[in-house]
Amino acid sequence: MSNELINAAGQNWVGANLAFWFITAVVVGSATMAAFARNIVQAAYALFFTLLGVAGYFALLGSSFLAITQVVIYVGGILVLLMFGVLLTNRPLQERTHGELGRYLIAAIAGAVLLGGVLVRVVFSTPWKMAPAPAVPVPETAAIGRMLVGNYLLPLELAGMLLLLCLLGAAYLVRRQER
Amino acid sequence: MNELVNSWGLNPAIPVGLNAYLLVAAILFVLGLIACMARRNAIGILIGVELIINAAIINFMAFWRFGGSQTDGSGALVGPLFGVFLILLAACEAAVALAILLSLYFNFGTIEVDSIHQMER
Repeated sequence: MSNELINAAGQNWVGANLAFWFITAVVVGSATMAAFARNIVQAAYALFFTLLGVAGYFALLGSSFLAITQVVIYVGGILVLLMFGVLLTNRPLQERTHGELGRYLIAAIAGAVLLGGVLVRVVFSTPWKMAPAPAVPVPETAAIGRMLVGNYLLPLELAGMLLLLCLLGAAYLVRRQER
Repeated sequence: MNELVNSWGLNPAIPVGLNAYLLVAAILFVLGLIACMARRNAIGILIGVELIINAAIINFMAFWRFGGSQTDGSGALVGPLFGVFLILLAACEAAVALAILLSLYFNFGTIEVDSIHQMER
C-alpha cells in the first residue's frame, strides 16, 4: 500500500496522531481510576473523562455525529443517571469506601489480564483485511438520517419501542410499594 | 495495507492505524471486566459495564473506518449507525439497572452485592 492512496488529499496527520496519543493517555488513566478508585463517586467522575476521550476517538475515526451523540447521551444522560444513583443510595463515607474492591481483586485482575493477553495476541496475529479509506472523512449526519428512515427503519422503530418499554419498566420498578 | 494496520502515529503521512484502536479497546474492556468482577458496590459494576460497551463501540468504529465500508455503496456509514444503536441500548440498560438498584436499596437498605444473598428480606 503506497502512501499516496492513504494520503490522497495531501493531508498532514501530525495533529491527529498527537491528539490520538493525548486522548489515549486520558482514557487509559481515567479508566484505570474508574476501575480501581476506592470511592465510588471518584470512579463516576473518572468515567466522565473516559467517555469524553472515547468521543474524541469517534471524532478522530471520522464520525463527528457519533462523537456528539456520545457526549450528549453518555456524558449528559447516563453519567448524570449514575451520579443520581450514587447519591440516592448514599451511605456514610467511611462505610461506603471500606473494602470497596472486595476480596476477589487479585483473582479478578489475574483473570482479566489473561483474557486481555489473549485479545492482544489475536489482534496482532490476525492479518486484517483492509480497504483504502478516504483520507478526509465525509460529512455523514444527513446520510445517517436517510439510512434511519430508509433501509434501517425497522431497527429504528424497534429502538423506539425499546425506549418506551424501558421508561415504563423503570417507572414500574421504582414505584412506591405498599406493604 | 500493513503500514496502515500497524501505524502507531510516528509517520506524519499515515494516520494512527487499526491495531492502536483495537489495543485501546482491549485495555478498556479489561479494566471494565476487572470493575465488574471486583467491585462490591452495584453502581461500580454498572461503571464497568459502561467501560465494556465503550470498548465495543470503539471496535465497531475502528473496523468501519479501516475496513473500507466507508466507500462501499450499500454498507456505507454502518459504523456510526451501529454506534448510535449501541449507545441507545446502553442508555436503556443504565436506566433499568438503576431502577433495579433503587428498588434493591428500598428493600435491603444496601446495594453491596455481597450482602444481598437472597431474593427476600
